[in-house]
Amino acid sequence: MHGIKDAQAEVERISGINAAKCMRCGKCSASCPAFESMDVHPHKVVSMVADNDYEGLVNCETLWRCLSCFTCVERCPRDVQPANIIEAVRLLQIREAGENHMPPGEVPDMLDDELPQQAIVAAMRKYNK
Amino acid sequence: MHRIGVFVCWCGSNIAATVDVKKVAETLGKEPGVAFAMDYQYMCSEGGQGAIRSAIKDHALTGIVVAACSPRMHEPTFRKAAAAAGLNPFMVEVANIREQCSWIHRNKQDATEKAIILGRTAIAKVMLNTPLTAGESRVVKRALVIGGGIAGIQTALDVADAGFKVDIVERKPTIGGKMAQLDKTFPTLDCAACILTPKMVEAAQHENITIHTYSEVESVSGFVGDFKVKIRKKARCVDEVACTGCGDCMAKCPAKKAKSEFDQGLRNRSAIYIPFAQAIPNVPVIDRENCIKFQTGKCGVCEKICPSKAVHYDQEDTILEESYGAIVVATGFDTVSPEPYGEFRYEEYPDVITSLEFERLCNAAGPTGGHLVRPSDHKEPKRIVFVQCVGSRGSGECEKTYCSKICCMYTAKHAMLVREKYPDSEVYVFYIDVRTPGKAFDEFQRRAIEQYNVHYIKGMVGQVEKKGDMLLIQASDLLHDKQLHIEADMVVLATAVEPEKGARNLATMLTASMDTNDFFTEAHPKLRPVESPTAGVYLSGLCQGPKDIPETVAQAGAAASKVIGLLVKDKLITNPCIASPAEPMCNGCGLCENVCPYGAITYEVKEVHREGKRLSTRVAQVNEAVCQGCGACTVTCPSGVMDLWGFSTRQILAEVDAICR
Repeated sequence: MHGIKDAQAEVERISGINAAKCMRCGKCSASCPAFESMDVHPHKVVSMVADNDYEGLVNCETLWRCLSCFTCVERCPRDVQPANIIEAVRLLQIREAGENHMPPGEVPDMLDDELPQQAIVAAMRKYNK
Repeated sequence: MHRIGVFVCWCGSNIAATVDVKKVAETLGKEPGVAFAMDYQYMCSEGGQGAIRSAIKDHALTGIVVAACSPRMHEPTFRKAAAAAGLNPFMVEVANIREQCSWIHRNKQDATEKAIILGRTAIAKVMLNTPLTAGESRVVKRALVIGGGIAGIQTALDVADAGFKVDIVERKPTIGGKMAQLDKTFPTLDCAACILTPKMVEAAQHENITIHTYSEVESVSGFVGDFKVKIRKKARCVDEVACTGCGDCMAKCPAKKAKSEFDQGLRNRSAIYIPFAQAIPNVPVIDRENCIKFQTGKCGVCEKICPSKAVHYDQEDTILEESYGAIVVATGFDTVSPEPYGEFRYEEYPDVITSLEFERLCNAAGPTGGHLVRPSDHKEPKRIVFVQCVGSRGSGECEKTYCSKICCMYTAKHAMLVREKYPDSEVYVFYIDVRTPGKAFDEFQRRAIEQYNVHYIKGMVGQVEKKGDMLLIQASDLLHDKQLHIEADMVVLATAVEPEKGARNLATMLTASMDTNDFFTEAHPKLRPVESPTAGVYLSGLCQGPKDIPETVAQAGAAASKVIGLLVKDKLITNPCIASPAEPMCNGCGLCENVCPYGAITYEVKEVHREGKRLSTRVAQVNEAVCQGCGACTVTCPSGVMDLWGFSTRQILAEVDAICR
């Protein structure tokens, strides 16, 4: 994320959320079922984005631990939607690493009996542009 | 032939630094019809007013233009000066060359040019002014207070002590409001009932106060000084005069399954009931929905056993009609239901309660006699979790956007009460911010932490679940960046306050404005905090915004002083700048009646002369005492029949012409 001049603006653009709306009540971290497995907790992700402090978010475990269960989104009293912010940071990292593209030709190699078909469809939807 | 005088004010350097006042006076002096022009350092001073008075006499002026500050500031001053010199006060126009000119421009040349145009505009208008005479309206020396909580009681007592009659209308069967439900009051921890009930008694016994409980305002018409109000006295089914309050009926009533509203549903009550022992009046009321007699026709026990024959099932609602000079809104508040915030499981678990329920559980007159126990199994709690800001400070549909203001303090109070009752208990308070501005408030909250060892945790509760007979709370501790899992006996939710639900309907009746949260709007947020923008309507207590008891009492007294200031007057001067229809031309279409916000327009069938014929037709009539001169009707009238005295269409067009010249 060092490559992006204004990561804050980019996260805001992707998520459509102004992290400054957060009043730091901690409802997200109080509700999060994956709290213990995260290194940077949801309220901290939001406050780091709000403060434009991305150092600690680069390659943090949280981006891959968030279950996108949307409990925090549902309960946040100020509609900050922490899960969507985490998703935006995750996307930002993926895009920057150039890992945000999946050509259809690669799909046959990925297929095996274990992988649900829905995962391939979802991945195509997300990464074929 | 007009002889207009022009007076240009410097306002010290306020105007003169940006506007060439000499040039303005000189240029306007040459306008046709202007007989005299001058400039002066402070036109509003005694010297300036003297100059106006002598110029009117010396130059036989027929109208004057004062180019100075906003007419809101000194129009009355200059009108008085004109009247003192024998000129009709409505022959005065003010050109605002301060707020609308010097204060907003930097370039002197531009500002001077604009000042000249504004002056010329006022000259064009004053030439078409007609002398007007202000009328008078009566002041009914009686006030109506809507709401009988601490705010309404205090306002009524203060007005009544000044010698005026006051009626209190309370929707519930007793006065006392929310304060009567509370246990202790912060920051001194004196008992709410001990300080409130004497005031209730004082109000009931005051020779100038009449209390209408179980009553609602049905309709309001009229205007400041002379409101006509219809009050619906709902049928109690108990004769207020005959009843002695012995309580036999309540003891014998077989229908005992209704939830007591006063005890927040934590106790059952009979269908015929008095909300609480110190209720005023001490007269029961029959709750028809839960009464066997009303539901099935069989029963009638209360009527049979009443020793004073006070129970009358056939009693009907009565409508009282009364005139009032002033109306005070003191409708108070309610707390929001925690039901939309599903994570707390309020609906499912009886040991998750609201703060108001907690007040009843602590109260010596409450359902447990003041013995704080869990509602589910009546065990004494060992660990209690308090959650602040439930429903406050949010941005979603279910949340209030504002801070409810009182919760930080009452939660600190609750926490201390628990620690005092049960010294071996553990108390947690989850907070977002602790807000304790107020005399001795922060010290109070610090005492909870330092002396009572209450655990204040910066964070929120995210989930409440059941574990055996305990509640398992999942919460965040932001300062330690941890997620906590606490087993507790009870969870207490500090739910947001919101205006009483019926207040919106009342505001419509009073044409009093409200904000988006349904709090009544004050006439000025800083300088007129207890007056509504509608003349003669005053605000007292929480209906205007979240506030605690000391603030409520202070505001109640302030509202009373405004009411007294109005009621001591014998007459009110009415504004003569009101609408007036050119009757023969009116076609009675009814559009003006629809747009009039004050209900000042009615229709009458009248005989008029139109196009050489005499005919009977429906024409608009303006009630001069009710019309506020807003002008809505004049712009709505499709045939241009409605006009406003002092702001006629001709005058406005003349002003536009003068600007465009």
